[in-house]
Amino acid sequence: MFLNLKTAVAAIALSAVAGTAFARDLVINFDDLNPGPKKGFEDAVEKFKAENPDINVIVNINDREAHKTAIRNFLTADAPDVTSWYPGNRMAPFVDAGLFQPVDDVWEENGFSEDLSAIKATMSRDGKIWGVPYSYYQWGIYYRKDIFGLLELEEPQTWDELLAACGKMKENGVTPFTIGTKFLWTAAGVFDYINLRTNGYDVHNALTAGEIKYTDPRIVATFDNWEQLINECGFVDNHASMSWQDAIAPFANGDAAMYVMGNFSVDGYKNAGLTEDQIDFMPFPTISADVPPAEEAPADAFFIPTNAKNVEDAKKFLAFVARPDVQTDWNKTIGQLPINSKADISDDKFIQEGFALLNAATGLAQFYDRDAPAAMAKAGMEGFQEFMLDPSKKDAILQRLDEVQAEVY
Amino acid sequence: MTHAVLPETETRSEPGWLRRNKLAIAPWIFLIPALIFFAIYVVIPIFESLWLSLYQWNGLYDAEGNSTAVWVGFQNYVKLWDDPNFWTSLRNNIAWLVLYMLAVPLGLFIALFLNQTVTGMRFYKSMFFFPFVISQVVVGLIFGWFYNPDFGVVGTVWKAMFCEETTNILGNTTFICERPVPDILSSEQWATYGIIAAGLWPQIAYCMILYLTGLNNVAADQIEAARLDGAKGWKMLWYVVVPQLKPATFIAVVVTVIGALRSFDMIAIMTQGGPFGSTNVLSHYMFEVAISEYGERYGYGSSVATVLFGIMLFFISYFLWRMYQDEKGGR
Repeated sequence: MFLNLKTAVAAIALSAVAGTAFARDLVINFDDLNPGPKKGFEDAVEKFKAENPDINVIVNINDREAHKTAIRNFLTADAPDVTSWYPGNRMAPFVDAGLFQPVDDVWEENGFSEDLSAIKATMSRDGKIWGVPYSYYQWGIYYRKDIFGLLELEEPQTWDELLAACGKMKENGVTPFTIGTKFLWTAAGVFDYINLRTNGYDVHNALTAGEIKYTDPRIVATFDNWEQLINECGFVDNHASMSWQDAIAPFANGDAAMYVMGNFSVDGYKNAGLTEDQIDFMPFPTISADVPPAEEAPADAFFIPTNAKNVEDAKKFLAFVARPDVQTDWNKTIGQLPINSKADISDDKFIQEGFALLNAATGLAQFYDRDAPAAMAKAGMEGFQEFMLDPSKKDAILQRLDEVQAEVY
Repeated sequence: MTHAVLPETETRSEPGWLRRNKLAIAPWIFLIPALIFFAIYVVIPIFESLWLSLYQWNGLYDAEGNSTAVWVGFQNYVKLWDDPNFWTSLRNNIAWLVLYMLAVPLGLFIALFLNQTVTGMRFYKSMFFFPFVISQVVVGLIFGWFYNPDFGVVGTVWKAMFCEETTNILGNTTFICERPVPDILSSEQWATYGIIAAGLWPQIAYCMILYLTGLNNVAADQIEAARLDGAKGWKMLWYVVVPQLKPATFIAVVVTVIGALRSFDMIAIMTQGGPFGSTNVLSHYMFEVAISEYGERYGYGSSVATVLFGIMLFFISYFLWRMYQDEKGGR
């Protein structure tokens, strides 16, 4: 009797399992509630559903900061089948704890190694590939075209041209650069670019991987160039009490002419009342001519947790998000760049310039705070802010960053 | 009759254990719910956190749900000793403790000032008490704007005094200053004091309300007697009024010390510990290394928490000892 009951229960349980397996739930956690990104994601999910009517897609969308906290729990406790996250060092803790599973087979079957080649290194760790990216955006210098016009300036191509342009701006009472370093990461953007142009992509990676010291002559050279930029160009006063949005105010008012930023800032300029005729984009000028061009291009990607229940369909979704047509539509909606080199882009001039820029790049950095481990990134960015406020502290700052580096890695 | 008496004498000679000890047991029964919650939410986490400070852990569990923590013994504390940010935080904690104490005398003077009968006094009292009622976060925001060099009161006044209004290259209004506007919250030297000043605002109000209630209990006959003896002004205050306010002073000191040590909200709102960590205090530093976006070092954060716990324990034990002594004296 008891035995019978047990088999009956087992049979019911089995049929229940079979039932859910037939409906094939696919749970996806996404991390952006802002209207544009949310719509881009939802449109893509609709398309995926239409192509795969047998899969029951369940979507959880959370706000970015909340997602950063929640992911630390849900990967263990209640793993979705697919989650959005960031490549580079941001994925490292999860990869090392065995919470993501490798997706090399997805890359192989779909020929992503070719179509997504620029980002492959960033998606890899320990010789395996861990996710599939769907979007990225370029960094560079956004500048006031009207001020450049009044001062008869061209887009500077080289470091010397930039310094000369700055001299002319200062003569006319224009502060060359605006920036808001209250939340630190904006200073890291400037550092990354000077470092990428002084030493190149390999040194950037070696530094953020802890392989070379901050007192290394190459990094010191980066800081020397930065000091020159601070002295001969200069940033707005009080930048340490401004967020990146606050720093748009002097840019919009015409007090400052340039801003080292990512493409997401264009919306901010337009909201501040600037039109497309007043602003333009240029790549960060070259410093050392023999360094191959590398750019900052932080990417957003999808990963499959180790505890995912429906791995098969998760891989299907990952293959789907990297398809050229999907990336084309998605990135048109969110105003960013598709990573798949076969995808098309919108005719927005910033996107066009960014696409050309990133396609010509030999390496794509993810940004200092995504490439370096958290503790190092924090100390490093505090050091950058301190340096920008008082460049004479350079040696002490670099010394201290070496100590942090020795402890972190 | 005899039949009925017998069982009663039996219970009287042999009362149940519960009955015999009911006076000793009753308080415990009432305390049990509070004790259970206190244990779950306070005592056990304290020991867990002490234990965690001996591990290196990024807060993650692996796919099977095992913790990824690695035992490192007292290494976190050794690191702490060499960590300049830790010493900065500790120094700032001491600055908070010392300067926050200003709230006690200032609160007393405002209380003395408000302790008079004038029409509308209740309104003035509530206005002075107001900063304590609003959230610390709001106080932090208000002071953050107050100090802002671009649009805050400080910036506006400074611009009126030292800056010249001109038009820039595009014809928009801009300011050219002889001396740059002081940026208090971004200055390594001044930011901490700027935040303490903001923190004092509600704390003074708190001390004031404690003293106001204390002043209600000051014996009028003693004041009268002192006045007949010719005491007035400072002497009256110091020798007659202040001794009678001793209980209020004690509580004011206790809440101020604890308030200074747990200062977190304002720092998180006004500077996030910046510029470059110079306004951190232990509680915020702990948050930064353990829980914030660039933290994820839970073991190290726990060791910071342990140090803060030690400091608090020192003060709290002293206060409890003092209270115990007073009660013994009172009996």
